[in-house]
Amino acid sequence: MCALCGVLGASEHWADAHARPGAFTRNTGPLERRRERARRVTAANRVLGAFGMVLSDWQGSAFLLATRTGKTVLVGDLGHLWVSAEALAGRALDPLDPALLQRLEAAP
Amino acid sequence: MTGVPDFTPVILLTGFLGSGKTTLLSRLLADPTLGDTAVLINEFGEVALDHHLVERIDDTMVLLRSGCICCTVRGELAEAIRDLHSRRARGSVPPFRRLVIETTGLADPLPAMTTLTTDPVLRHHFRMGAIVATADAVNVARQLATQPESLKQVAVADLLILTKADLCDAATAAAAVAALRAVNPDTPLLVAGTDRLDAADIFDARPLPGASRLGLRCDPVADLAASHGSGLSSFSLVIDEAVDWTAFGVWLSALLHRHGDRVLRVKGLLNVAGSEAPVAIHGVQQLVHVPVHLAAWPDDDRRSRLVFITRGLEPAAISRSLRAFGVLARAGTAEVAA
Repeated sequence: MCALCGVLGASEHWADAHARPGAFTRNTGPLERRRERARRVTAANRVLGAFGMVLSDWQGSAFLLATRTGKTVLVGDLGHLWVSAEALAGRALDPLDPALLQRLEAAP
Repeated sequence: MTGVPDFTPVILLTGFLGSGKTTLLSRLLADPTLGDTAVLINEFGEVALDHHLVERIDDTMVLLRSGCICCTVRGELAEAIRDLHSRRARGSVPPFRRLVIETTGLADPLPAMTTLTTDPVLRHHFRMGAIVATADAVNVARQLATQPESLKQVAVADLLILTKADLCDAATAAAAVAALRAVNPDTPLLVAGTDRLDAADIFDARPLPGASRLGLRCDPVADLAASHGSGLSSFSLVIDEAVDWTAFGVWLSALLHRHGDRVLRVKGLLNVAGSEAPVAIHGVQQLVHVPVHLAAWPDDDRRSRLVFITRGLEPAAISRSLRAFGVLARAGTAEVAA
């Protein structure tokens, strides 16, 4: 466990277990893994932007989720991301919400 | 430790009250192929172990003639599994290679699966095997309509066993099969008394043994809502374009986080951009199994296919959301097939 942030162990989310360089090759392909994390941050930010939040990579081992007012939490993986995002936003983050989908469709 | 797999498969035996779980189990326990198996049951008394019994290890654990270890669960399931694991490591019980858990008739199988994948000790030593559900031919259609637990047990099963088909007429048995198929269209179904029920076949069934068994056929089930009054619907998304794995992970994790309690099951084959072979996805409510990389496509069709069994979710909304999240590598279409 990281003594500073309390992040426990490594992320074992199912989305990490894809045999593509960068996903699930944490010891052999550090560069690819960083790229994969960057792609994930970009993909998540498309959605999080609608809720006034931004995700960023933190040391290649966790993610930082921040609101516009500076409230920030550490999240380990995609499983924790949506729980934390809803807690920070104070409302449900529904991927089927027509308003959200309209916004995403308008900015591909 | 020799002979012990790195990850011991855990098979869940589920099924509604009176559906024949215990009868099935007591028959299978005598099978020598279960010699390398540990079984967690609710009560010794129910299974009538006496004639199989070799040695009583302690209050909660006995050794059977077949070599099978049989234990009752007192308290927490995770604790019982950890205890078994620890005894195996110390050599005080035979080195079992698989673990079968009999759930109670009213249990939702999901918490047991979640325990295995999230417990800090267990997740490094055990993996989910198949979920086997028994269904009683006489009562299952009614149970599916009135008992949400029964519905969930059938929907998440990797193998269905129809019991008591010999106690009813052919029309009732056929109606039972139709009711099961409405909830779980493509899982293999064995009929007790007609099909050979071999312990190894049942317990070594894998959630995703290969594309052929996945089938991914998802026939329209028009009378599903009417017959069950539960708003359950089953449909498949056929996606022409390759799928962006990163966006797919973001999308499905968000969908299951918010609507996991209404997605009874999602499974399918994905044509992932940049990958030659398909990736098989299998999720039960909020829990998604580790994606499986198949060696090759089952046929010439390279389209991604995702089958959903949901309660009250609109297929069109899911398809639109998938597109809007940028899951399609290019501007492809996601068409709802059924």
